[in-house]
Amino acid sequence: MVEFDGVGLRYGPDAEVLCDISFNLQPGSFYFLTGPSGAGKTSLLKMLYLAQRPSRGIVRLFGEDLVNMPRQRLPGFRRRIGVVFQDFRLIPHLSARDNIALPLRIAGVSEEDLSGPVGEMLSWIGLGDRADARPATLSGGEQQRVAIARAVIARPQLLVADEPTGNVDPEMAMRLLGLFEALNRLGTTVVVATHDIHLISRIENAQMMRLEKGRLADPTGALRYPPANRA
Amino acid sequence: MIIPRVPVQHRRLLPDRRLSGPTPWVIAILMMLTLLAAAAGVGLARSANAIGSAIAGRVTVQIVTPNPVTRAEQAAALRRAAAAQPFVLSARAVDREELQATLGQWFGSADGDDPVLNSLPLPALVDIDFVGENRSRHMEQLQALVAAEAPGARIIPHAEWLGPVAQLIGSLAWIAGGLVLLMTLASAAVVIMTARAALGTHFATIEMLHLIGATDRQITRLFQRRIAIDTAYGIALGTVVAAAILLLIGWQWAGITSGLAATASLGPTGWALLLALPLLAIALAALTARQTLLAALKKIL
Repeated sequence: MVEFDGVGLRYGPDAEVLCDISFNLQPGSFYFLTGPSGAGKTSLLKMLYLAQRPSRGIVRLFGEDLVNMPRQRLPGFRRRIGVVFQDFRLIPHLSARDNIALPLRIAGVSEEDLSGPVGEMLSWIGLGDRADARPATLSGGEQQRVAIARAVIARPQLLVADEPTGNVDPEMAMRLLGLFEALNRLGTTVVVATHDIHLISRIENAQMMRLEKGRLADPTGALRYPPANRA
Repeated sequence: MIIPRVPVQHRRLLPDRRLSGPTPWVIAILMMLTLLAAAAGVGLARSANAIGSAIAGRVTVQIVTPNPVTRAEQAAALRRAAAAQPFVLSARAVDREELQATLGQWFGSADGDDPVLNSLPLPALVDIDFVGENRSRHMEQLQALVAAEAPGARIIPHAEWLGPVAQLIGSLAWIAGGLVLLMTLASAAVVIMTARAALGTHFATIEMLHLIGATDRQITRLFQRRIAIDTAYGIALGTVVAAAILLLIGWQWAGITSGLAATASLGPTGWALLLALPLLAIALAALTARQTLLAALKKIL
């Protein structure tokens, strides 16, 4: 699904913020990415959701080399990835419904075909009665739910979430995690960056990646690429 | 497609308010000035052509024989002889009253009956228009004719004294054309700045659209449509104001029926060009916006 081999990332002439990152994410698996603030979690996620190319190393996604891929091919890959941003990044002048429908519209789904899934998603996140509300009128938790709904509405093959439960109450956090788990059971590979250790313990068989000072620590040994037993 | 079709739901990705604030107004002013400059250029070019054609084949023979009776006889003989020549289109003796009327404007006695003017020894003039284009050959033939009928008379080609005027008018027409070009470039620059400003203002939306898989083409069409509509409003406004000014000038111009001014008009081709300019401007704006947006988006991963 996703292979990183000897990946490094630097911004400008500064030192690398990520160094020698190697792992292999298996299809249908669930991963947590942890680490202290400034360890490089967001930078790693940016490469996963194709907002950033590495400075060195090899990145393969869905079996294709992304480092040398022409940028006009990237949209097709991005449509297979759902992203939940830490700061939500909802489009402020669009309603909750239109924000959630955005990936489907971009993918060319007709209005007729998208109204059903969008309505269901709104109900599921508990915002059925606030479908026409703009983000500025929603609470932080409600915005978070809309952002998550937008990320999963198109049934992505890879879901990348940066602190997705940081602004919701524990009950909603568990519901959202349940949604991620359900998607994972349907075959979506999930990568969640979080500080919440309780969240990690809730998902069975989830694997953990830990970043420290731009390097990947591998407590389970399962993420190393190539795997430890073949190295 | 000058203004690309974008589904209504996609149009909402950009806020309803106009993108660029003053852009339609700036474009309106530039369009108005462009049309006025173009109209001036077309009018002056047509005037220069008309004057050039009129003077290229016309000469005046000036007979200055001292004896007025002989002078009149020579003028009449030359007119008759010239009119009979195959290379002459027309020959006309300018009568004394016409000469005095012309001179009277300079003497301040246009009513005639000016003793000073009446006492002047005026030359006899014969205006001759040549046939066809071979004017140097016709000139040689006329010189021979003048030598036979009115020895000592001077042949004055009109191109000698009206030529510089025609050249000046032609130069002004070129300057007007240059102004049209400069204002077109200025309009394109306004569109480029508008497109870049729009990208800056909506960068977060664009980045989000990219990350969920929107192509450059999809994003470009959104902005191109909005900029083309903004520009079209400005162009329409500028065209209406310019048309009103041109109609007013045309109405006043219609009262001028003599002199060089009467040769200036737009003609059907000129009007067609002026009508085509706004459409070309909208197309140019849309194309400029598209290229600017695509180039800017390529810098974003």
